[in-house]
Amino acid sequence: MTAAATEPGRTEATRDDRVAGRSLAARLLSRPEVGSLVGAVVIFLLFMAVAAPFRNVANIGTILYGASAIGIMAVPVALLMIGGEFDLSAGVAVTTSGLSASLIAWNFGLNVWMGVLLALAVSLAIGAFNGWLLLRTGLPSFLVTLGTFFILQGVNLGVTRLLTGNVATADISDMDGFAAAQKVFGSEVALGPVTLKVTVLYWVVLTVVAAYVLLRTRVGNWIFAVGGDAGAARAMGVPVRATKIGLFMAVGFCGWVSGMHLLFQFNTVQSGEGIGKEFIFIIAAVIGGCLLTGGYGSVVGASVGALIFGMTQLGINYAGWNPDWFKTFLGVMLLLATVVNVYVKRKADLR
Amino acid sequence: MSVVDNAGVADAPILELDDVGKSYGNVHALRGVGLNVRQGEVTCVLGDNGAGKSTLIKIIAGLHEHTDGTMRLDGVACRFGSPRDAQSRGIATVYQDLALAPLMSVWRNFFLGNELRRGPLRILDIARMKRICGEELVKMGVIIPDLDRPVASLSGGQRQCIAIARAIYFGARVIILDEPTAALGVKQSGVVLKYIVKARDAGLGVILITHNPHHAYLVGDHFVILKLGRVVLDARRDELTLEQLTTEMAGGQELAELGHELRGADQEERRK
Repeated sequence: MTAAATEPGRTEATRDDRVAGRSLAARLLSRPEVGSLVGAVVIFLLFMAVAAPFRNVANIGTILYGASAIGIMAVPVALLMIGGEFDLSAGVAVTTSGLSASLIAWNFGLNVWMGVLLALAVSLAIGAFNGWLLLRTGLPSFLVTLGTFFILQGVNLGVTRLLTGNVATADISDMDGFAAAQKVFGSEVALGPVTLKVTVLYWVVLTVVAAYVLLRTRVGNWIFAVGGDAGAARAMGVPVRATKIGLFMAVGFCGWVSGMHLLFQFNTVQSGEGIGKEFIFIIAAVIGGCLLTGGYGSVVGASVGALIFGMTQLGINYAGWNPDWFKTFLGVMLLLATVVNVYVKRKADLR
Repeated sequence: MSVVDNAGVADAPILELDDVGKSYGNVHALRGVGLNVRQGEVTCVLGDNGAGKSTLIKIIAGLHEHTDGTMRLDGVACRFGSPRDAQSRGIATVYQDLALAPLMSVWRNFFLGNELRRGPLRILDIARMKRICGEELVKMGVIIPDLDRPVASLSGGQRQCIAIARAIYFGARVIILDEPTAALGVKQSGVVLKYIVKARDAGLGVILITHNPHHAYLVGDHFVILKLGRVVLDARRDELTLEQLTTEMAGGQELAELGHELRGADQEERRK
């Protein structure tokens, strides 16, 4: 046995002078979120220059709200992508969660909080099901969650119509517990001229917690490993199955937070909502430096990606441009971000 | 580090395989294999593709269970239910694909699955992990410019060395190396072979799986050749020359027959 195995504290090994560190600039540039930060600054300056309302401080709240709606989901989706998987059902699952809470409470005449809690169970179950099916069948997550995406889309519409005869849930604002639940999921606070929605707080907290977990805890190490090389991770004793299912359930949890906001912001949920959102979450994660192949990426980057989304969405309106072109703009952003990420990473790694 | 007398045959083997076999249904992948792994010795297992080398490693590494014979660890009969089980008893396997996640940094890979944590929040003790990782690599003469670098940016030899250093650091007594030089160039192979000698001198029992008799003869103390799931040669280094080993490995008699056949075919060809 080597001595160090029993005495890890020994420091007699001298540092080899050939072991030179990389320059600070190279280290910074090789961070995955650099591309998104540069993009955010550019977009910010662009709209500051061309859109007068963008310069109005009071609009910060609106921009951050738009960003938070995406960011709350982009964070877990980024974690999942680093863990090597996709979730195409994430957008529709948000709607499913909102519908569940509303329909359960309304249909059974329960306290709204009961609906909220049962919706959490539904959301976590959807995540667990995605993960379980993925590991069980060995199919790519793209296919598995594409299946769930269509299943949920149908269930959302079918069940809502079955129970209410309508495509949206009934207004539940007069039910027990609604006021308290609305405070938690749909309130806002005024800071001077800026009005901040509670979702902004959730978004920031989620980003900080997720970034901490990813970079500073053992679970984070496992997430990188299962995404980078699941076989290697398994050989080293990493619980691959639990890690992946946990990641899908994290997406479920955040979908629940998003879904509850949707419900308590508008008192009612449209059953067709959320379709197409899953790609926005993935775009935010990719802009933030996550690789489609897994094993690499950043949560902070994904949040910056969501911020870019929020700024662009409103900036185009504020600038008076035709909003028809918003999606085109988004697509160009995605391609640019990917190219920049690859380029920057290659440059930095060579140094 | 313990000083091991390589000449001392008297010390009991750490791991002992006696008449071990493995059948998949009616396919006998391995039959009657005997193998002794001693501390401070390199045991080379050679064989062509399909000879049963992989099956043998998988049994020792805990991926498969043997169906015949007995495996003894420190003289006690045992079976490994999982790779984790084998690892916890001091048997580490360095696979051909190395079990390193390519985009993760060197130190994260080094401690993967055995992360050091500190404080009430159980956060990663990054400073300590980096320091230990650096020390262990320097100790084995591996120069990595930056431990934050992803392992994908390192050479094949360096990656192999990280995987071996990791196995040694985490308390392996027996280390199985699956074709460590197969994908490497001459110089890189040299680095890995030097490293194998260091592992041996550190008192480990090394099992080197290879189909390269030249590499095996450079570092091996004991040679076992498998063919079609059986042991066809089992010899100590002093009973064998490189030439004999190469001939045996290449198939000896079969090769001679093949030579005749080819020459015969050649002459047939010319006559036409």
